[in-house]
Amino acid sequence: MESDIKLIDEAGKRLDGRKIDELREIKIEAGVLHRAEGSCYLEWGGNKVVAAVYGPREAIPKHTQDPLKAVVRARYNMAAFSVDDRKRPGPDRRSREISKVTSEALEKIVITDKFPRAAIDVNIEVLEAEAGTRCAGLTAAGVALADAGIPMKDIPVACAAGKIGSHDENGNKKGGYVVLDLGKKEDNFGDADLPIGISPRTGEIILLQMDGHLTLEEFDQALDLAIKGCKIISEIQKKALLDKYQIDLEVN
Amino acid sequence: MTITSSIKRDYLYNLAKKGKRQDGRDLFKFRNISIETNLISKAEGSARVKIGNTQVVAGIKIDIGEPYPDSPNSGVITTAAELNPLASPDFESGPPREDAIELARVVDRGIRESEFIELDKLCIEPNEKIWIVFIDIHIIDYDGNLFDAASLAALAAILTAKVPAKRFELGEDYPLPVKEPPISCTSVKFNDVMIMDPSLDEEEIAEARITVATDQNGHIRAMQKGLKGSYTTDEIKKIIKVSLDNGVEIRKKLYESVGK
Repeated sequence: MESDIKLIDEAGKRLDGRKIDELREIKIEAGVLHRAEGSCYLEWGGNKVVAAVYGPREAIPKHTQDPLKAVVRARYNMAAFSVDDRKRPGPDRRSREISKVTSEALEKIVITDKFPRAAIDVNIEVLEAEAGTRCAGLTAAGVALADAGIPMKDIPVACAAGKIGSHDENGNKKGGYVVLDLGKKEDNFGDADLPIGISPRTGEIILLQMDGHLTLEEFDQALDLAIKGCKIISEIQKKALLDKYQIDLEVN
Repeated sequence: MTITSSIKRDYLYNLAKKGKRQDGRDLFKFRNISIETNLISKAEGSARVKIGNTQVVAGIKIDIGEPYPDSPNSGVITTAAELNPLASPDFESGPPREDAIELARVVDRGIRESEFIELDKLCIEPNEKIWIVFIDIHIIDYDGNLFDAASLAALAAILTAKVPAKRFELGEDYPLPVKEPPISCTSVKFNDVMIMDPSLDEEEIAEARITVATDQNGHIRAMQKGLKGSYTTDEIKKIIKVSLDNGVEIRKKLYESVGK
């Protein structure tokens, strides 16, 4: 059975050759779209995500307006060709849920009381998916918002940690390893997944989900590891924004 | 018409009368076209096409299904287009609207009617099993001329697509059987000037639009006129000639990008 697949060896080396605290390769580019106020293209392992920000603009329909602040509307969408079996176009329950938790995470970071009755639309398009798309989406959204010049308290960033390898080849239980940034097989056959989003400056947690099985101790480890991952990615985000705007600074 | 668009209209029209355009192009020249293929490894074929600032990603998924009763020996293609809200402040999320449906149908017709994909070679067992080719087109940045960008992206994705026979234990994967691609070129008209490959500004003030798809023999394979304006026969003849010339260039580019 494939669930008995060996996700990690005794030396702590994972299927794709990563160490337990190693991220997949991440590439971020800011300002890739012409029409959007701000945008971002992000590759994270096998994930390919584009995010675009529109607004602040009048929130329509009117009943969605908040007279005191802006609403942040994230929309997470997966392309039909982004996964192995074609996904039917349009929102399903999973993408609605991800859109909701992402909106809520962003609302904490964006200074919304500057824009009463407005909407800030954050569109996240997953072109190719390979485990960890919600983290990739939130991370890309953070860069796109910054690129759009939306006032924020910080640039939000997300990363997951998880647990793998708690069964040996014969299916017997053993310790297992807490690892950073689950890959596809680790997500499918691993024991737990803990995606978190943080405000890296303050360390506040703005998104947290978890499924699987973790002891309290393992949870602490996983949380530390995921925050460590977020901090690394945060630097890549800042570099992407600098790469785009540094030229302008030098010219002026 | 709003005040702004009538100002824009006068400006663009006066330029065009002098044979000029906002971005410095000739009237009948396309913007820069770039084609990138095989960027989505989960898809059987994929392409990203940029025409100027317009950006489109197309992906092909191929699956096994049942044939339609009236064509038991041929495969099926279905085309869907999404005008993603990330492409323009005017696109909304939700079920496909009229314009997305029109776009998908025009692209679909271009591919279907030209018999570009050899559907009769996509039969596995007559009456029972055939290959279904899903063509999904995502508009991610909108600066005019979606028809050409979408159809070019679909063509490039199809040209690089592989039938995933191995996954279904039907032998080795093989390239999707195709013939020569028809290249579509869209132009618009305002007052008495015609321009090729309209940008968004030019599209917004256009009175008439025409798409002409031509093949490698210089024959016309599909046409579609849109909007409320009209053309004279001389204008139509002129624009067919121009579309043909541009088609040759674009076809060359397409083949280069897929390594043929």
